[in-house]
Amino acid sequence: MTFLPYAVAAWLFVIGLYGIVTSRDLVHQIICLSVVQSSTYVLLLAIGFRTGGAAPIFIDIPVGRAAVDPVVQALCLTDVVVGATVSALLLAIAVQIHKRTGSLDPERLRESFG
Amino acid sequence: MTRRTRTAMFLGSAAVLGAFLLWGFSGLPSFGHGLISAGEMLNRVSVAQRHITDVVTAVNFDYRGIDTMGEEFIFFAAVVGVALIMRPQPGEGARHVEDYAFGRAVPPTSDAVRVLGLGLAAPTVLFALYVVAHGHLTPGGGFQGGVILATGVLLIYLAGEFDHLHGLYGEAAVERAEAAGAAAYVAIGFLALVSGSAFMTNVWPLGTTGHLVSAGSVPLINTAVGVEVGAGFVLLLNTFLRQALVIRPEPTRTPLEEALNRSRW
Repeated sequence: MTFLPYAVAAWLFVIGLYGIVTSRDLVHQIICLSVVQSSTYVLLLAIGFRTGGAAPIFIDIPVGRAAVDPVVQALCLTDVVVGATVSALLLAIAVQIHKRTGSLDPERLRESFG
Repeated sequence: MTRRTRTAMFLGSAAVLGAFLLWGFSGLPSFGHGLISAGEMLNRVSVAQRHITDVVTAVNFDYRGIDTMGEEFIFFAAVVGVALIMRPQPGEGARHVEDYAFGRAVPPTSDAVRVLGLGLAAPTVLFALYVVAHGHLTPGGGFQGGVILATGVLLIYLAGEFDHLHGLYGEAAVERAEAAGAAAYVAIGFLALVSGSAFMTNVWPLGTTGHLVSAGSVPLINTAVGVEVGAGFVLLLNTFLRQALVIRPEPTRTPLEEALNRSRW
């Protein structure tokens, strides 16, 4: 059972890639990319987890009490911010592609742009 | 390449990738017993060293402050990029929705949305300020609070009619606020240089642990980030909403109009 969170991370990564490869819609594809990215959140938080550990906020628990790793949680925040900005940029590009070609199907991009 | 070959190729390589991922993960320490030596050390020393109770914030805005500055500029660049990609293209103009939906009035915003939107906007903004201000004490900070702040503005858009509002709030002022927030972060870094320490060192008075004014430069950086992220998300929302509601292709002439126009010459 101790392996399960890592298996979830691997599954999210691969199933997201499957969505990106087979998708027929750019917006759906961007959401699949977010699924791939969420596998990194699961992996980071799983690596930092410690059985019985509290959240690393020492306002109402004494210093010295076992807590989970704050460094990977901080990395996770960076990850979320980068994910949001990548999605925003890709969605903006998808809007413009739809205006130019009238389609969001990645298969038809080659016909439209050569 | 057909879809079928591509999917088959993907499934083959994904099986290999999945196997390697599982193999790699099986070499990690078992779940719940992580190698957290750096994290464990920070958990022990942050409160005494920086008078800060949220160690995640201590990592982000103090120990790793310069990385978070890079992260902030990633966000800044993305907002600029979205604005650039979404600029009006040739043959497009800002037009009222009424012009486009020919012969059909735009339905007004319902009273329920209006009341809820306006009622929730002020508490949302207050909550955003709370989250930014308490970033060094409890979970929260500039990034989280900034996004909540932008949600408050989105509620006001929802309660009103976007194409009446978007000219009113002063896009230029929001753009300046975003740039000022980003610049303030860098300026706080340089102030440490002036005082003779390394860039982004926390040289400010640390205050009493657990108080609102404590942890040195961390609350200041959080405020700067909150302004930048809040303003940046307002600009993002504004760009996407304007694209959906206001930017329209210029009307093209019908063949009849074209012929009439030509016959005049």
